[in-house]
Amino acid sequence: MGTSKVASMHDAVAALVRDGDTVAIEGFTHLISFSAGHEIIRQGRHDLTLARLTPDVIYDQMVAAGVARKIIFSWLGNPGVGGLNAIRRVTEGPSASLELEEYSHFGMVARYTAGAANLPFFPIRSYFETDLPVVNPLIRPIESPYGDGTVYAVPPLKPDVTIVHAQRADANGDTQAWGLLGCQKEAAFAAERVIVVVEELVEEAVIRADPNRTIIPGLIVDAVVVEPWGAHPSYVQGAYDRDNRFYIDWDPISRDPAATDAWLAEWVHGLGGRADYVEKLGAERLAGLRPSAPAPSGSVDYGEYR
Amino acid sequence: MTDPAAFTKSEMMIAAAARELAGQRVCFVGVGLPNIAVNLAKRTVAPDLELVYEAGVFGARPARLPLSIGDPTIVSGATAAMSMFELFAFYLQGGLVDVGFLGAAQIDRFGNINTTVIGDYANPSTRLPGSGGACEIAINARQIFVIMRQSKRSFVGKIDFRTSPGNLGGAANAERIRREQGWLGRGPSVVVTDLGIYHFDDDGEMRLDSLHPGATLEAVRDTIGWEPRISPDLAVTPAPTGPELELMRVELDPGGTYIR
Repeated sequence: MGTSKVASMHDAVAALVRDGDTVAIEGFTHLISFSAGHEIIRQGRHDLTLARLTPDVIYDQMVAAGVARKIIFSWLGNPGVGGLNAIRRVTEGPSASLELEEYSHFGMVARYTAGAANLPFFPIRSYFETDLPVVNPLIRPIESPYGDGTVYAVPPLKPDVTIVHAQRADANGDTQAWGLLGCQKEAAFAAERVIVVVEELVEEAVIRADPNRTIIPGLIVDAVVVEPWGAHPSYVQGAYDRDNRFYIDWDPISRDPAATDAWLAEWVHGLGGRADYVEKLGAERLAGLRPSAPAPSGSVDYGEYR
Repeated sequence: MTDPAAFTKSEMMIAAAARELAGQRVCFVGVGLPNIAVNLAKRTVAPDLELVYEAGVFGARPARLPLSIGDPTIVSGATAAMSMFELFAFYLQGGLVDVGFLGAAQIDRFGNINTTVIGDYANPSTRLPGSGGACEIAINARQIFVIMRQSKRSFVGKIDFRTSPGNLGGAANAERIRREQGWLGRGPSVVVTDLGIYHFDDDGEMRLDSLHPGATLEAVRDTIGWEPRISPDLAVTPAPTGPELELMRVELDPGGTYIR
């Protein structure tokens, strides 16, 4: 094992996220690194292209803070609540300033997959007889070379930086996650640089005891940030629940530009990092998000072979 | 609190949609109204229904109705949790999904769906969420169920953007394309609204087969952007039962997000 990649969020973002980068903070409702998004805002990055299947509240906050020039996505909303109001403000009407590049979920997953596998495109059966290829010329029909029909190609998506939250990693960046896995693995392998944020730093032996659970090897990881509650108000299977109240409360805040700015001032610019945020949220709010009971998996036996 | 004589239009719509799932095996659950309808079906007419969530879950057994369709409760106790690539490539595109259950902002008489924009794409009056998984669900699920409230803004002569293909301009063309391209999906088969239940005629057009109690043909015509086709054997949808209402009000939607 090499030297430790453990870094503070401040240092990881300072070293690895640059102005103009394409950044993917992935995680499908689960394991979204809000903490990294907030640090990017605090450090004043700008002209970022933000990729995510579901931009979610984290990209609404980042767009409101002015870090982004473009979003690549497949479903733009606050799930179960409504729209993403800060993003809407800069995409609707004549003064629209945020560029949108739009796919479907499978199209986005396929783009990361092509990026990870060093393919020039990935073929899927989506998009036939829809208007998506009309408004996004990067979605293109291709004939099967075997003469059995047409499929649609999407181009590889290779983020400059992918940021992934997970339950645990070792100091080398070998990362294990469980629950909804989204497309974090694909987005990480497709990226030039990878930051992993974890609830818990563990010994290498913990990883090696359960190799099937490793989604990202330290081989492709540049920094490991240890930040419990770093995904809040998103969630971490087995550790804390989705804070649905936050998602509901964000709707009226984000409808009002002044309230949005005040929220960012109080909860992002006004804080030094995630430890401050967790303290400000308070023990009672956090306790209410713990699972109602543990539900451990059974263990499996890998056996020892000499 | 579960007096079957008193129910909302939303409760009728959700109960009717759930009943349509009787006999189905594998259902891909969309966000919003489909989520509560499918979870009601699982607890009533279709206990063996396998719930598929685009977030990467097969055989979910959610203990609560999640606000978002990505929620820890859809993983705990599920048959399989996997990457989204596996879900979309092997389960959906591979043809294992019997019913794709979608909501919509706009639908036309042939079941084509818009969830992308109202108005012009480049300069929309309303920016909607977009496809999510709907585009590929519409193409790859064996059949499509739709649940949505009826209005002149949602049931339109021409949708502003085709996010998810239905029967295109009619069944003949749609079936030729499906056959030539090797699609496994057969397109839309049911639309349930707050006023009634539609199925699709052989030519691919929506046909009103059942009116919900209290709904009228006048109300249907007032909330649809074309002259609706009415079945000669128009039925009345049975009202929600006491147990259906109890499940919706007590277990699935105690906050009243969907059923009010």
